[in-house]
Amino acid sequence: MSVLTHADFIYVARELQARSGIVLPPERAHLIETRAGAIARREGFLSVQELITTARARRDERLITAIADTLISNDTQFFRDREHFDFFRSVITADLAARRPGARIRIWCAGCASGQEPYSLAMLLEEMKNEGRLLDCEIIATDISPRILEKARAGLYSQFEVQRGLPINYLVRHFEKFGDQWRISDRVRARVNLKAHNLLSDPAPLGQFDIVFCRNVLDNFDDDTRGATLDRIGGVMSSDGYLVLGEAENPAGAMTPFMQAGARPGIFTRATAARRAA
Amino acid sequence: MKSCLVVDDSRVIRKVAKRILEDLAFATSEAGDGLEALTACRKQMPDAVLLDWNMPVMSGIEFVRQLRREPGGEKPVVVFCTTENDIDHISEATRAGADEYIMKPFDGQILQSKFAEAGLI
Repeated sequence: MSVLTHADFIYVARELQARSGIVLPPERAHLIETRAGAIARREGFLSVQELITTARARRDERLITAIADTLISNDTQFFRDREHFDFFRSVITADLAARRPGARIRIWCAGCASGQEPYSLAMLLEEMKNEGRLLDCEIIATDISPRILEKARAGLYSQFEVQRGLPINYLVRHFEKFGDQWRISDRVRARVNLKAHNLLSDPAPLGQFDIVFCRNVLDNFDDDTRGATLDRIGGVMSSDGYLVLGEAENPAGAMTPFMQAGARPGIFTRATAARRAA
Repeated sequence: MKSCLVVDDSRVIRKVAKRILEDLAFATSEAGDGLEALTACRKQMPDAVLLDWNMPVMSGIEFVRQLRREPGGEKPVVVFCTTENDIDHISEATRAGADEYIMKPFDGQILQSKFAEAGLI
């Protein structure tokens, strides 16, 4: 088995971090070997080592981007951390609807990978609509990787993927069988607006948001990048908005403070005077 | 400790399922077809039933229909585990009273996820 040289590992890790903020620790160097293998084969290289040496020597932007892209984690599932979705359904939406009756609620799924998170929210909104709770919600879902966004856009999931976190009634109501795969319904898909966005860049063009889901993304960043990213996110959140992070994550390092919403791990609000007074 | 009755005509599948369920802290018992399962349930209702569809003597769908008519038969959480993987079968199963549905092939992760879905863990 070929093993990357230390210099090549450092090079790939630096390129990945510069492009995405993601820190690849040395103990996970093997990910480069396993994930970049397909690119090496496709591009006619004999090994991952040869692919990286060549990309590095030629400063081949296309190859470097492809290598970085393949190293970004896309691990997700429908209704991951179910508590967050229960809280969204029962508390967040009710709170925002009461504060601003009739106003559109804007949701941002930052780092949505193959779409399971925004589609889970969209399915919940469909279910709520069927129960007579009509909410005007807009879901913007972004990811850095055009490759994974393509999968999200197709809305096609394997039998394995639809059996992780998705209740069977939701599969029946919101999916149709498509060959060996399952395709999410047009109704659910139409609720989600998918866009490419890098969290290292300014999110202002995406607009203002009342709820931001950014789960299990920031923990891949170093402290400075995490803090700066939280500040950028805070900058596009309404003063009474909610921030939902991964269950084990917290918004430490942000200049603009957030505070935990109730006892739920991972859910925060902007610590503003307006909300404290409410 | 919760109990789960594993109903499948394949001994291999029963063994695989048992091993996963025991890791999830279930006490397991086995039945090779729907009728055997029904007999076991009449003696003592388990907390959960993991249920194949196509079996000799009595199929899974017949079993769940019968079970739901038995005294106390509304109690067990029934999770299908079958190669039948089209919407029609799934809908038929839930209408008959199944709580969740696993499409084979399955692994520990799927079984755990579905049991959590059904409120068993």
